Amino acid sequence: MTTNTDTRNRSVEEVQQHHAENAGRKLQAGAFNPRQLLSSLPEALRKLNPRHQMRNPVMFVVWVGSALSTVFAVSQPTVFTIVATVWLWFTVLFANLAEAVAEGRGKAQAESLRRTKKESIARRLREDGTEERVPGTELTIGDLVVVEAGEVIPGDGDVVEGIATVDESAITGESAPVIRESGGDRCAVTGGTTVLSDRIVVQITTKPGESFVDRMIALVEGASRQKTPNEIALTILLAVLTIIFLLAVVALQPMAIYSGNGQSVIVLTALLVCLIPTTIGALLSAIGIAGMDRLVQRNVLAMSGRAVEAAGDVDTLLLDKTGTITFGNRRATELIPVGTSTVDDLARAARLSSLADGTPEGRSIVELCVTAHGLAAEASDAEKAGEFVPFAAQTRMSGIDIDGRMVRKGATSSVRAWVIEHGGQVPDEVHEVVDGISQDGGTPLVCAEYANGIALVRGVIRLSDVVKPGMKERFDELRSMGIKTVMITGDNPLTARAIAAEAGVDDFLAEAKPEDKMALIRKEQEGGKLVAMTGDGTNDAPALAQADVGVAMNTGTSAAKEAGNMVDLDSDPTKLIEIVEIGKQLLITRGALTTFSIANDLAKYFAILPAMFAAIYPGLGRLNIMHLATPASAIISAVIFNALIIVLLIPLALRGVRYRPASASSLLRRNLLIYGVGGVITPFLGIWLIDLLVRLIPGIG
Amino acid sequence: MNDTWAGLLQLALLLAALAVVYRPLGDYMARAFTSKGHWKLERALYKVVRVNPDSEQRWSTYAYGVLGFSFVSVLFLYLLQRLQTVLPLGLGRPEISPSVAFNTAVSFVTNTNWQSYVPEQAFGHLVQMAGLTVQNFVSGAVGIAVAVALIRGFTRANTDRLGNVWVDITRAVVRVLLPIAVLFAVVLMGLGVVQSLSGGVDVTGIDGAQHTVALAPVASQEVIKELGTNGGGVLNANSAHPFENPNGWTNLIEIFLILVIPVSLTRTFGTMIGDRKQGYTLLSVMTFLWGGMLAVIWWAEAHPNGPAALLAGSAMEGKETRFGIPSSALFADSTTGTSTGAVNAAHDSLTGLGGGGALLNMLFSEISPGGVGTGIYSILVFAIIAVFLAGLMVGRTPEYLGKKLGRKEITMASIAILAMPTLVLVFAGIAVVLPATGDALTNSGAHGLSEVLYAYASASNNNGSAFGGLTVTNDWFQSTLGVCMAFGRFIPILAVLCLAGGLAAQRKVPPSAGTLPTSGPLFASMVAGSVLLVAALTFVPALALGPIAEALS
Repeated sequence: MTTNTDTRNRSVEEVQQHHAENAGRKLQAGAFNPRQLLSSLPEALRKLNPRHQMRNPVMFVVWVGSALSTVFAVSQPTVFTIVATVWLWFTVLFANLAEAVAEGRGKAQAESLRRTKKESIARRLREDGTEERVPGTELTIGDLVVVEAGEVIPGDGDVVEGIATVDESAITGESAPVIRESGGDRCAVTGGTTVLSDRIVVQITTKPGESFVDRMIALVEGASRQKTPNEIALTILLAVLTIIFLLAVVALQPMAIYSGNGQSVIVLTALLVCLIPTTIGALLSAIGIAGMDRLVQRNVLAMSGRAVEAAGDVDTLLLDKTGTITFGNRRATELIPVGTSTVDDLARAARLSSLADGTPEGRSIVELCVTAHGLAAEASDAEKAGEFVPFAAQTRMSGIDIDGRMVRKGATSSVRAWVIEHGGQVPDEVHEVVDGISQDGGTPLVCAEYANGIALVRGVIRLSDVVKPGMKERFDELRSMGIKTVMITGDNPLTARAIAAEAGVDDFLAEAKPEDKMALIRKEQEGGKLVAMTGDGTNDAPALAQADVGVAMNTGTSAAKEAGNMVDLDSDPTKLIEIVEIGKQLLITRGALTTFSIANDLAKYFAILPAMFAAIYPGLGRLNIMHLATPASAIISAVIFNALIIVLLIPLALRGVRYRPASASSLLRRNLLIYGVGGVITPFLGIWLIDLLVRLIPGIG
Repeated sequence: MNDTWAGLLQLALLLAALAVVYRPLGDYMARAFTSKGHWKLERALYKVVRVNPDSEQRWSTYAYGVLGFSFVSVLFLYLLQRLQTVLPLGLGRPEISPSVAFNTAVSFVTNTNWQSYVPEQAFGHLVQMAGLTVQNFVSGAVGIAVAVALIRGFTRANTDRLGNVWVDITRAVVRVLLPIAVLFAVVLMGLGVVQSLSGGVDVTGIDGAQHTVALAPVASQEVIKELGTNGGGVLNANSAHPFENPNGWTNLIEIFLILVIPVSLTRTFGTMIGDRKQGYTLLSVMTFLWGGMLAVIWWAEAHPNGPAALLAGSAMEGKETRFGIPSSALFADSTTGTSTGAVNAAHDSLTGLGGGGALLNMLFSEISPGGVGTGIYSILVFAIIAVFLAGLMVGRTPEYLGKKLGRKEITMASIAILAMPTLVLVFAGIAVVLPATGDALTNSGAHGLSEVLYAYASASNNNGSAFGGLTVTNDWFQSTLGVCMAFGRFIPILAVLCLAGGLAAQRKVPPSAGTLPTSGPLFASMVAGSVLLVAALTFVPALALGPIAEALS
């Protein structure tokens, strides 16, 4: 496993800021602009094609009903038949509009991606080592191509020779260049990105037309969108409800005739359209497209809608310790002086030894000396004159020589040898402190000084893993959502336990090897649980493939990206938590609008049934509790409400319903109240208000 | 003590008696269908029919078993009726016509017990005892077996086996229905229900005319008629007849017998899945619907609105004076809520609203609390729909009792639910515009429509009670009602068994804080909501022209 240096080296402040932005967090709304409704209108009109409508059984019934009403309205044109027919067509149109708006948002994104896919000429290597120039579209798997500074990489592949900086902003939107080199886990390059320096040889790993950018375009455009399992099940249920209401309305006609008052086609169609679940039927595909879109906005590419849905179902999250739960590098957290040295002596020595040390550990030591011991952050001129001794594999120490003083810090055994070599002694106390730190899961760095012919150990610096701020709260939230978190780490069990306890994860896997990870995933899955994980290395690939939701880091290898079902372009492992929330939000939005749609029916009965039958049975007029003006105005008001509610709910469908992590029972109670009870009440108000206007139309009121 | 207080006292007694037997009977039935051991009597039966009781079956084999058994039962019952004149104990009663024999055979095998004949004139003791009574036992047992198979679908994981249909039917008869039936047959006899092999006695009435008062082995059939939620009376007047239901005590016991198994099966369900709260939750939905409809019928009957009833001072037309309004309402509510169809009053004479309540009770798909077995499996199907509809709102793929609800589960649940409304609406819709219907109806207008709706609702839900007033002997009604009984019974059974097979094959998902809680008041209201939505909203337009119009006029 490699670490992703970009994110893991983020400073505490950056992370704190990130979490502050997320505080009081709810999934943000994707921007919705009413102007989108207008610009999507042509596309919505195009979707009136019956072949398109047939994919959605609910709206197809509305389409057929509208067509029938049109025939009827043409043969018997009255104000009522014309207005009713027009609004029936509006119902279909508004459903199309919802879908068109959702798709339109992806289209803009696809357009900018397409621009990166401009025709590139590849410099393909022949077997004899000479180059030939071929169009990028002709490259096949296994081809070797040369790319030099300033050139665009012609296809997805792995670097097999050389090292280069690459500008991946076309795909990730991140302007800082990244390093790609042969071997290891940073060898993957993406077609369409630009090499900024040096020369690399890339082995192509995808077929033409199936590259990452191609797939991205297809995904954001929604062209390859297939209905997800859950969406299919819901469509079946909606179709069944439609059939039931169709039967109810069709059977009503003979009963109405028996009762002495047969109804017109338009009135029956109006009743049917109002009863079948048009609201959710109209918005269902927009909800799905928008769900994918929300992921894309967060720079996550889901390879299938199924994966997004599965994210909502996840029971177990496997999180890598380093970079996800803790900062990527260990940080100095404590200075422990030994012998006669004071803590200030140690702080001065430690600071000196690290001033010129650019490693994250070194910087963290200076930071600690500055914040906890009031020393200067910047080196003085005198200090700058000192000679820096960099860390070397042989010495396993680093330090500084200045004015005849030598300060060193490093691994215990090395510093010990250095002290003894310079005639000093290492007290037993040092070993006690060092062992204590190791047992707590920290890393000890011994700091020693040689001055005036005396070598002595000043003390021990404790380096430890620092849990990112806010993680404990997030894990608590996840727990309340019923999701178990498991920390994966290469540390020994002792260290792992300490960090797991501090971070508040439910479980941990210590000394984890890739096969252990795999075994853990299998075990969880056998228990009926869905598992999500992130990974970037080639050795993560099997586990990524096995997991139900596998998020590959964009910085990772091609193998990892191929195995996972999502790719995070920001390569931020913490984002897994957001992905889960987006998955849940998608399902909740569907459920909420389904409930709302069905709950609406009650009011529509109260509007339409008395309008239809009060003429035969005056007693039924008592059901007109909204006091709608006339039968015609009642029916038209119900139809108008039914159509308008679709438009009014488009923003909600695109944005997704508000979601805060909470237990299932509290989510259910809240959403049932808003969308169930609200769904019963809203149409009573809506229809009543619309009727106040409709009754003013001559010929109806 | 006035009428209302007497009714409330009966209601309290009934609920107390049900509460007392709920746990022991429910747990006993759970044991009966999970224990490995066989009784000697059962082993002997398995040997006769050559069944290995320890082998288990896939859902499809189980379904073939149910269908095959039912088909053979129809054939046997048909022949028994047709050959009544040459077989013993025929009492010299006439030959049965093919259409009546067929209709009756289907009716009793499907647990409907719709009767288009006058029993004391049509059938001798052999048909009654060896034919109809036997079906009263086994058709109930089939319902229980299907319910048990569905429950096993939830309790099992990673298997394609649902149990053995022959073992389940046998145990339902031998271990559950028979012992209770024997006990209560004796009790009913002690309270005055007739049990005789004589064909009847000749008497001279007070008007001096000669009458034959029919006698029959009533008590032995009466008890299973109620216990198996069958409802087909030995005597034409059914439980309104003093030989079937002589007094208040027998009336109360009969209502108790109607409700006891459907109610206790919720306990069996809870015990078998290892979470009794789940059973209580479903029971609360059943109770809510049963109680709600009881309130409607009782109130409606106590507040008559017809001119005749207002003149008479109370709506006693078609009711027995020895039961009065509360006991009649209690009986009507229980018989329509359980697919029983036995009656102690003429439902046709109920007020508009009261009759509508009885009708709606059936249109709930018989789950308040439903027939033996059919009640629990039907409400489980509604629970699945409820979980799917509202369950999405917790942000997970809906799960019920540890099983994910996907495409297959929703399709099967939908088929199970769709069958009944389709049958009722299509056939009632056609029937009302047929010219012949006008002749068959004694009433026109809203009440006439109610009569037609009631007939199809009763047949399609395998209830069997009749609104009367509609002469159903013409070919259209005989054949379509027969179709409704058969399809209304077996389409849901096939869908439920297929559903059970799919559920059993799934792995079990352990519950977590993120799982939709499926016990407690919130979920109960969701299930009740789904029932009201699917069952009631579907029929509101039709009901508006029938009982609602009648009630509001």
